Amino acid sequence: MSRLRDDYENSWWRRFQGWVDGETDLLAEGMEIRVPGRGEDKPLRGARHEQEKVRGQHNEPAAAPEGSRTVYNGRGIRCFRRFYQVMSVLLCLSIIFVLLWTVSYLPAFGNAGNPDNNEVSARYIERGLQETGAVNIVTGMILDYRAFDTFGESCVLFIASCCVLVLLRIDAAEGDEKAKKRLAEANDRIFEPKNDIILQKCACILVPLILVFGIYIVLNGHLSPGGGFSGGAVLGSGLILYLNAFGFGKTERFFTEKVYRRMTLSALTFYCLAKSYSFFTGANHLESGIPLGTPGAILSSGLILPLNICVGLVVACTMYAFYALFRKGGM
Amino acid sequence: MRIFEIILLLSLVVCAVSVAFMKDLLTSIVIFMSYSLIMCVIWVLLQSPDLAITEAAVGAGVTSILFFVTLKKIRAIQKEGRHEQAER
Amino acid sequence: MDILLFVNLEETVSIILFGIGFTMLMLHRNLIKKIMGMNIMDTAVYLFLAVKGYIKGRMVPIVTDHIQDVSAYINPVPSGLVLTGIVVSVSTTALMLALTIRLYERYGSLDLDEILMRAKEEERT
Repeated sequence: MSRLRDDYENSWWRRFQGWVDGETDLLAEGMEIRVPGRGEDKPLRGARHEQEKVRGQHNEPAAAPEGSRTVYNGRGIRCFRRFYQVMSVLLCLSIIFVLLWTVSYLPAFGNAGNPDNNEVSARYIERGLQETGAVNIVTGMILDYRAFDTFGESCVLFIASCCVLVLLRIDAAEGDEKAKKRLAEANDRIFEPKNDIILQKCACILVPLILVFGIYIVLNGHLSPGGGFSGGAVLGSGLILYLNAFGFGKTERFFTEKVYRRMTLSALTFYCLAKSYSFFTGANHLESGIPLGTPGAILSSGLILPLNICVGLVVACTMYAFYALFRKGGM
Repeated sequence: MRIFEIILLLSLVVCAVSVAFMKDLLTSIVIFMSYSLIMCVIWVLLQSPDLAITEAAVGAGVTSILFFVTLKKIRAIQKEGRHEQAER
Repeated sequence: MDILLFVNLEETVSIILFGIGFTMLMLHRNLIKKIMGMNIMDTAVYLFLAVKGYIKGRMVPIVTDHIQDVSAYINPVPSGLVLTGIVVSVSTTALMLALTIRLYERYGSLDLDEILMRAKEEERT
């Protein structure tokens, strides 16, 4: 036992563990080599030369063998790359083969007796209209039976836009509004030409139509195909077209970062509160007091219509925010 | 109808392969956009129009726009770097 | 085996697309191509799920004429799952693209190997 532990530090397992933990890098030695040869990395290469010079002054005898070793490692890296390519092709092929093997044993396509058409979907179809009041069963499912799941999705969208904001925001020195504005302008000027007359004329006709269509999809989510997610995406792309045609000066009149923050926050809060209330009353067998209305009317199916509007707002704001952040580094 | 579906599925595979092999990034983004549109038609055929609307707005619209903007930004950074080097 | 592969044509195609996406993810060194491969993998999984819910000769799950029989509509569960998945996939794509832009600003390259090499170099100096 003790004999085994003696060379534990040098054992393969220990080295592998260190590599997994990121302590050592088996390829670290050879990584230096392939940097020269491109025009862009002059400062880096200069720094490396200086460093080597310093090292050479300190221990000159070690310089020559190190050079030979780096060449060897460079070949090692090339071998490793080759090996990596072959292995990844093999891995992909084997994965495809295993999956195809599985597919060949799956039940036939489009058969009503398949095991995934079980009592869950039967229940949604048979009782969905009475319990949720939504004519579109898919919307009734994702915004009533599984509403907290959808809430999580909206939060994922919000968090993703926050992360993009953190990553791409232009940060000037504190309080330096002017420099910030100039930077944003310079960043935005990349996307010339502005005031393109053809684009503006087309946008004049198309943007109202797209926005009306998006609002229609959001409001009719429980009656026809669509709903908050798709309608929100349509609204967001309409806003993006408007921004492209008329620039940030026009959109900042009604959509700034503050508006974005308030809109998303209030939509998510309303969603959370409304659904908490509905689930609380439902779990305790209380009357929720939300009328379901007649199926097929616009004002029907209880909470689904306001929840659809909330989701649509969140999705539209997020799509627009993504584009604005990518383009200007701010909203 | 089945033949139409088979043609769509085959063109889906062709689009995916040509996205992988295209050297130019802009071309591959455009092909990716058409891939999304074909997917949208397949979803109509599979009787789920909800997915078709969402895919047409999100997959073909917003995702490709984001790719385009990223490409443009990267090219702009590239140009800026070259300018700075020329000034030196 | 191959007969069923042809009957399950949609599933087969989705598996092949998954393989293409996975290969792109592993073999391409360009980060944007990697993200595209990831997106193709996403859509392949969605296609597989949506195909599992389809039943031949049935309608869209929207109640018409008060028919509420199971034998009239396709399975609505996969549609609901995929619907939310598509929208989340666009947010992950945006996040990855933002990270790519930051990496390019820092290291001036889209090649993953080069970025790793330069990061190592910076760490050492």
